[in-house]
Amino acid sequence: MDFATLIQILDSAVRLMTPLLLACLAGLYSERAGVFDIGLEGKMLMAAFASASVAYATGSAWLGLLAGIAGAAALAGLHGLASISFRGNQLISGVAINFLASGLTVLLGQKIFGLGGRTPSLSGAARFGEITLPFAESLRPLPVIGPVYAELVSGHTILVYVAFAMVPLTWWMLYRTRFGLRLRAVGESPASVDTAGVSVIRLRFAAVMICGVLCGIAGAYLATGISAGFVKEMTAGRGFIALAALIFAKWRPWGALGATFLFGLMEAVANRFPNLDLGVVTVPSMLMNALPYILTVVILAGFVGRAIPPRAGGEPYVKER
Amino acid sequence: MERMPKWADVILTPLISLVLAFALSALLILAIGESPAEALKVVVQGALGSSYGWGFTLYYATNFIFTGLAVAVAYHAGLFNIGGEGQAAMGGLGVALVVLALPWPHWALALPAAAVGAALMGALWALVPAWLQARRGSHVVITTIMFNFIAAALLNYVLVNLLRPVGSMDPASASFPAATHLPKLSEMALALGVEWGRNTPANISFFVAVAACLLVWLLIWHTRRGYEIRAFGKSATAVRYAGISALRITVLAMLVSGALAGLMAVNNVMGEAERLVLNAVEGAGFIGIAVALMGRNHPLGVLLAALLFGFLYQGGGELALWTSIPRELIVVIQALVILFTGALDNMVRMPLERLFMALRRKGA
Repeated sequence: MDFATLIQILDSAVRLMTPLLLACLAGLYSERAGVFDIGLEGKMLMAAFASASVAYATGSAWLGLLAGIAGAAALAGLHGLASISFRGNQLISGVAINFLASGLTVLLGQKIFGLGGRTPSLSGAARFGEITLPFAESLRPLPVIGPVYAELVSGHTILVYVAFAMVPLTWWMLYRTRFGLRLRAVGESPASVDTAGVSVIRLRFAAVMICGVLCGIAGAYLATGISAGFVKEMTAGRGFIALAALIFAKWRPWGALGATFLFGLMEAVANRFPNLDLGVVTVPSMLMNALPYILTVVILAGFVGRAIPPRAGGEPYVKER
Repeated sequence: MERMPKWADVILTPLISLVLAFALSALLILAIGESPAEALKVVVQGALGSSYGWGFTLYYATNFIFTGLAVAVAYHAGLFNIGGEGQAAMGGLGVALVVLALPWPHWALALPAAAVGAALMGALWALVPAWLQARRGSHVVITTIMFNFIAAALLNYVLVNLLRPVGSMDPASASFPAATHLPKLSEMALALGVEWGRNTPANISFFVAVAACLLVWLLIWHTRRGYEIRAFGKSATAVRYAGISALRITVLAMLVSGALAGLMAVNNVMGEAERLVLNAVEGAGFIGIAVALMGRNHPLGVLLAALLFGFLYQGGGELALWTSIPRELIVVIQALVILFTGALDNMVRMPLERLFMALRRKGA
């Protein structure tokens, strides 16, 4: 494999990991606050549909992004209502949200555009264009650094840079601010947060809504960044891979970066080499596709470092009387 | 003290949830500019208006009985088995391997063997998540989700590379030999001299599903193991103090659950497609969640809820055929049923409990 191919694969990995990274960080906020979220997939799907529809109607990718965020946030609000306010089962609520998004996007899409659930393809300002960073072209002739900068670092849409910036930002929020401390505390021991006079319900709602916003960006990137429009079921299990990455990352922001890069890389390699020939054995593409899930099960089994979820995760908080 | 009478808990709350779900669906149909009454007519006419509709309704219901029972059994042990989809897919592999391995002389021999194959493969696919939950504390929900995807990839590989007949481009197994074709309900009716449900896929597996309901009822409420499963679901610590192995109960409940989901393949793979194709399960594993929630995890409730969803599924197909409403409407209704009977259960329950408490106070 030559250097140019390597750069190409890495570049593709960065594109593919972006929605995973955003969704993974989204799940991180929610689950760190003690609210399990298996509805990442549904929220991304809804956001992808909303952003593509509005971007098509207005011709603006930015308005599309806002619509995507609103769509995902609405579902996040529903998840909050069910699992925080009414103390329902968070897993069941997540399942319901996935189905709701899967059905509604096609139903509304067929009603509005009549294309069997697709939106018309987007072009021009209705999509996020690729940004060429300064000096990308003038640095290109330099050996190694030149192509890496021009191909790999430069030339992505703004949402890719947003996703990467979210990693240190999330780290700072969680570990260096009062809000972050409380958020982590509410996921470990809500009773003590309540005793300290801080509202458990408000904190958890804040976390769930942040999760919605990030899923919204992820969905908008899928529909208006990496592709040109919405297609039925376009998230294709990415919400669940993000969930797997979250476990892989042991619910930590920098870990999320590493895990989603690994999973993005696997997808990029599987796309580039459908049947990877390693000399001795040929790895079928199905194995590459299943590898994120298999690795997550191995991690969950605790054979390679133990992944321990937030202690109060999944349990609704009932105030003591 | 009971907050409300048992009948209200078992019948009234799911009924109100169902009404809420349907009311919202009706609003949605209005919002997309169609008439809910007209849609309901098409659904009822298409699913129940003819023996043809009934044949499909019963066929879908058979699938949902199996997956619904699978969710229900795990739920009694306090486990949420979301992996019915993968377990049913693996059950399909079990059926295909059994049926294609031997030259079966008659379906009556092939059916029990295929059922064992389906149940074993389904149970196998639930075994690892169960063991990981009991021994390693990894959440069964997450592992069963992962196993759904792994099953899909594995099946894809097996169908493309191993089971596909030479020269065929289709990622599917060879067609099953005619001797193993299960009798359709329509053929059974014809043998009794009744013309019923011609060209519908409903087959003898429906009776297997009804028998499974009965067996699950016996297992859960009339055996020692069933008692242990229910006790474990209520309080895992109490069961541990009573000297019962948590590992054994978790694994047992998940094995039964996986086997039930796997058994679905007898209906869709052996009874309908008569070969193994990609994506044979078509979401029935997930519909099992709605069915179990709706049926309050009781076999009789599961049977009724499965019939309801079978009716919706068949009616939804007719809806897509005769009106401009896509069949995804059924997915939305399914989501709303899960939402109201599952996640927003307290929203319905709390006002009802208050009502009954007030009534009781007045009566006393």
